[in-house]
Amino acid sequence: MESIKITIDKKIIEVPKGTTVLHAARQLGIEIPTLCYFNLGDMNIENKPGGCRVCVVEVEGRRNLAPACVTECTEGMLVNTHSIRVLNSRRTVLELILSDHPYDCLVCAKSGNCELQSLAQKLGIREIHYEGEKSTYRKDTSPAIIRDIDKCIMCRRCEMMCNDFQTVGVLSAINRGFQAVVAPAFEMNLDHSTCTYCGQCVSVCPTGALTEVDHTRKVVNALADPTKTVIVQTAPAVRAALGEEFGLEPGTLVTGKMAAALRQLGFDFVFDTDFAADLTIMEEGTELLDRLTRHLNGDTSVKLPILTSCCPGWVKFFEHNWPDMLDIPSTAKSPQQMFGAIAKNYFADKIKVDRKDMVVVSIMPCLAKKYECTRPEFAVDGNPDVDYALSTRELAHLIKQANIDFLSLPDEDFDNPLGESTGASVIFGTTGGVIEAATRTAYEVFTGKKLEKISFEELRGLENIRHATIDFNGLPINIGIAHGLGYARKLLEDIKAGKSEFHAIEIMACPGGCIGGGGQPYNHGNSDVIKARQTALYKEDIEKPIRKSHENPFVQKLYEEYLGKPMGEISHHLLHTHYFDRTNEVIIDE
Amino acid sequence: MDDLKKLRNTLLEKMKFRENNQNAQVQVQVKVAMATCGIASGAKEVMDFMAEEFDKRNIEAVVTQTGCMGYCYAEPTIEVKLPNNEPVIFGWVDLKKADRIIEKYIRNNELVEGIIPLNFASIDDNLNDETTERKKQIRIALRNCGVINPENIDDYIGRDGYQALGRCLTELSPDVVIDQVKKSGLRGRGGGGFPTGLKWEITRKSVAKPKYVVCNADEGDPGAFMDRSILEGDPHSVIEAMAIAGYAIGAEFGVVYIRAEYPLAIERLKIAIGQARVLGLLGRNIFGTDFCFDIELRYGAGAFVCGEETALIHSMEGNRGEPTVKPPFPSVSGYLGLPTNVNNVETFANIPPIITKGAEWFASIGSEKSKGTKVFALAGQINNVGLIEVPMGTTLRDVIYEIGGGIRDSREFKAVQTGGPSGGCLTKKHLDTPIDYDNLIASGSMMGSGGMIVMDEADCMVAIAKFYLEFTVEESCGKCSPCRIGNKRLFEILEKITKGNGTLEDLEHLRTLGNVIKDTSLCGLGQTSPNPVLSTLDNFFEEYYEHVVDKKCRAGVCKSLMKYIIQEDNCVGCMACARNCPVNAITGEKKLPHLINQHICIKCGACMEKCKFNAIYTN
Repeated sequence: MESIKITIDKKIIEVPKGTTVLHAARQLGIEIPTLCYFNLGDMNIENKPGGCRVCVVEVEGRRNLAPACVTECTEGMLVNTHSIRVLNSRRTVLELILSDHPYDCLVCAKSGNCELQSLAQKLGIREIHYEGEKSTYRKDTSPAIIRDIDKCIMCRRCEMMCNDFQTVGVLSAINRGFQAVVAPAFEMNLDHSTCTYCGQCVSVCPTGALTEVDHTRKVVNALADPTKTVIVQTAPAVRAALGEEFGLEPGTLVTGKMAAALRQLGFDFVFDTDFAADLTIMEEGTELLDRLTRHLNGDTSVKLPILTSCCPGWVKFFEHNWPDMLDIPSTAKSPQQMFGAIAKNYFADKIKVDRKDMVVVSIMPCLAKKYECTRPEFAVDGNPDVDYALSTRELAHLIKQANIDFLSLPDEDFDNPLGESTGASVIFGTTGGVIEAATRTAYEVFTGKKLEKISFEELRGLENIRHATIDFNGLPINIGIAHGLGYARKLLEDIKAGKSEFHAIEIMACPGGCIGGGGQPYNHGNSDVIKARQTALYKEDIEKPIRKSHENPFVQKLYEEYLGKPMGEISHHLLHTHYFDRTNEVIIDE
Repeated sequence: MDDLKKLRNTLLEKMKFRENNQNAQVQVQVKVAMATCGIASGAKEVMDFMAEEFDKRNIEAVVTQTGCMGYCYAEPTIEVKLPNNEPVIFGWVDLKKADRIIEKYIRNNELVEGIIPLNFASIDDNLNDETTERKKQIRIALRNCGVINPENIDDYIGRDGYQALGRCLTELSPDVVIDQVKKSGLRGRGGGGFPTGLKWEITRKSVAKPKYVVCNADEGDPGAFMDRSILEGDPHSVIEAMAIAGYAIGAEFGVVYIRAEYPLAIERLKIAIGQARVLGLLGRNIFGTDFCFDIELRYGAGAFVCGEETALIHSMEGNRGEPTVKPPFPSVSGYLGLPTNVNNVETFANIPPIITKGAEWFASIGSEKSKGTKVFALAGQINNVGLIEVPMGTTLRDVIYEIGGGIRDSREFKAVQTGGPSGGCLTKKHLDTPIDYDNLIASGSMMGSGGMIVMDEADCMVAIAKFYLEFTVEESCGKCSPCRIGNKRLFEILEKITKGNGTLEDLEHLRTLGNVIKDTSLCGLGQTSPNPVLSTLDNFFEEYYEHVVDKKCRAGVCKSLMKYIIQEDNCVGCMACARNCPVNAITGEKKLPHLINQHICIKCGACMEKCKFNAIYTN
């Protein structure tokens, strides 16, 4: 590849053609500040509209300043990243952005994690010379996401995630000039749109313009209520990321400390969503084998491929876009909802507590889970199976508020019976994990043979679309994997066109799966963080004594005692669901 | 090609016949300027009236419509040609006047008032001729405007139309065509002044296919109507040039991106495209060659920023009209990511004469680095508001005083604003500046697309700057921070100053902020939007200073700075002012001098009007 020699701040570097000034500078250890720029390169996510103009640099021979993030290096280019002209312009641009931004940092949900705040700090802004009118908009609250777009700085990251990566197409720039802002079309409410609540807009928002609906107060109140039995479940991806909120390296597993903290917070039972993940495999795996067997026996009414249904963002996306294919996804509920159903039926009976006096809290890496638990089909007489879904970030806040010194906590175990889990369920948190877990069980059930190698490396990785063929005793099973709804869309269009060769497809809405979920600690555009979380989950899987869902003794016991068999009558009632055509749910507000 | 030449010759004969026929009655030719502006002033009624009356009064005459003649100040305008006479142009023609023209001029060859002297040289005139020089204007881009019937392709062909396309397709290779355009020195007339031939060459060299030719007809400057006039008066010139561009760069598909607010231009373009298709001048195998080309229209919703070529392309694609960073330039990656050549209407209108009359001919007109002519929409406090076309290098003084007829009501010239809302205001010291791309930029303004607004002593330069900023604040797309927020802040500071609350620090801020916006904005809009502020700060600093320090607006435009004051010596205490004040701001005893409470006064001026003793004055 052609290489180009350029000089930045008197340092010379040779870079491949096409490299931007920003990246060339980074290679030289020169940190040009950015604001709208965002990059998760390993997952094909990049936002560089060149709009904020914070990264401007001086290029010799050029009339005006150049934005480093979109300016490609050319041979012999002479760049100065901190001339007085650059420093003054950058300051002024930032002052302008701040002049149209609320000054409520003290009470802003993003405080401490706000990239605008840190930039103002880095540039030492102490005074804003250009005060004036601030643009104000209506605040919009949905079941999962709050839009407070007074704080929008038009970086367009959310728009890129919503349109390019997720192809959901809810958020885009509206209005012109000073009133320009990112919002749903006609400024309608998110809950009247096709928003999937995947929360990726929140993940990438540099300011407090997009945040999650905070349920921590409600949980604190429930914990303080002596008449309530409060149960908590924690999703697999949380344990690989929570530590980051307490200064630990990304990828540090804090399963034990998390259990200890939850117990200290006052939860009556500290359970694990992983248990329900094993249950999901029992149901979904059985459904896969059922469809597969019928297909092999020539039943043409059977729908293949089967699609996973654990991811609520994906489910809503599907309901909006393919209402004519609602019989393709597995009918198995997500682990969160399976847990809720088991907790408020089986476990409530067992400990003799009325479901109305039981509060089920889930800790999720996800914002769509907040929406999922409010879906009416997951409630009995208005009492939801899962009461509150907190994000990983909210749990960290809760722990901090309770004066718990997280780092010095001893490792503790989950409670039983709903806290026991296998390695298969742990990897639910990463792209490829659900289908690997299902494959482990389906293989052994289908072939009647023990797996020699439990890890399926061919299903792992971070490429957005992956596929592998697994040999089921001479029968080749084609498996597809996608993370990112835009990639899911591609696989779905193939299915619709009758071109899909897959028997089963796993889909996760978020980059990397749940480890990159909308409720996880902010990665600020560092894909190493997501990779480290993935590595951590595979590590926990290997260290688990049991690594196949059907071998989870408490799951086996649950079937014996209560459920009967997978896809049996009680299972069907408690652990399976159905989907809705949502094409008519989009409302344009007057 | 031969067919076209034959057609052209017959048509020419026909036109000459129309014009030179010995039969005295048939020879009366009336052309009515029917561009949007003419129609708005009543040209349609005049045309219908004349046709009807000729009929009634048994005068054999031909009444045709034509495009803008350029005399906006005198609309509706008509041209009458009597046998063996030079054509005469009449202005301010209403029905009464039309009646007089028929009775007096047409019937009896008696002159009627309101004759407008022809003030331009035509494309066929000898350029070295003294009279040509005296006329100051040469019409190249406007060569057919006000001459032909824009809805009749025969008229266009009769005036050498489609000869250039024919020549290109049958005699010249694409490279030679590009070479001719390069040699002519033609630069983009949309404002940037990028060499047109070079743009074509880059697009030609781009590998990806298919390629597109786009005509930028998203004229958005307030007060500018050059492109509209060309499209309304001579649509075929643009169509022909687009086909030539298509041939040169290797494109088969052209798009005219035109604002939906130009319904007449759209209609005439559609008619012209239809006619060209019928004659095989658009479509498959044009002139029997392999070359195929067709044109489609896309309508813009009227966003100013969509005149910026990348924003225009995004809008064409159905996306939000927002610019993107260049490179990549549209010549490499434009419409649908494919090589796209975007030229402005006026640029295209210059192409056919360059091919027919030669690059050398074109390059002989104009200044050293800016060749040819430029069309301006001359407006403001000037006697002859109109559409003009002058050779590059003409001085502002010639344009304002010779062509424009000087300042209205013999007032004092103060400034001229060129380049549209993001141009700059030039002053007396620039009057002898030759108008071309580089000189205008050097003096702190720019060519822009050709708006030219003249201001006099009654204009407040701070208010003018504020007016333009208000426009750019409205029209910014909002993508980049300096343009989105910076222009708003500039506007707010200007508003503060015109309200009388400005400080010297604000003047400092205007300058620093203006320079940062220019230096850091993403596209041409933001990079030029502070020009009205910066240029007025440079050239009229004393007016800013007066607003801020003396709290005075010398032009009397900024109402907040104006004070109505009662001069005690003259006031007799008649109470007329107090009685007529709508807000009861005036107090005082009968027969004693009165006083205006400045906090209550709304500056309506009613008191001054009522005072019979000249006791009330403004500062």
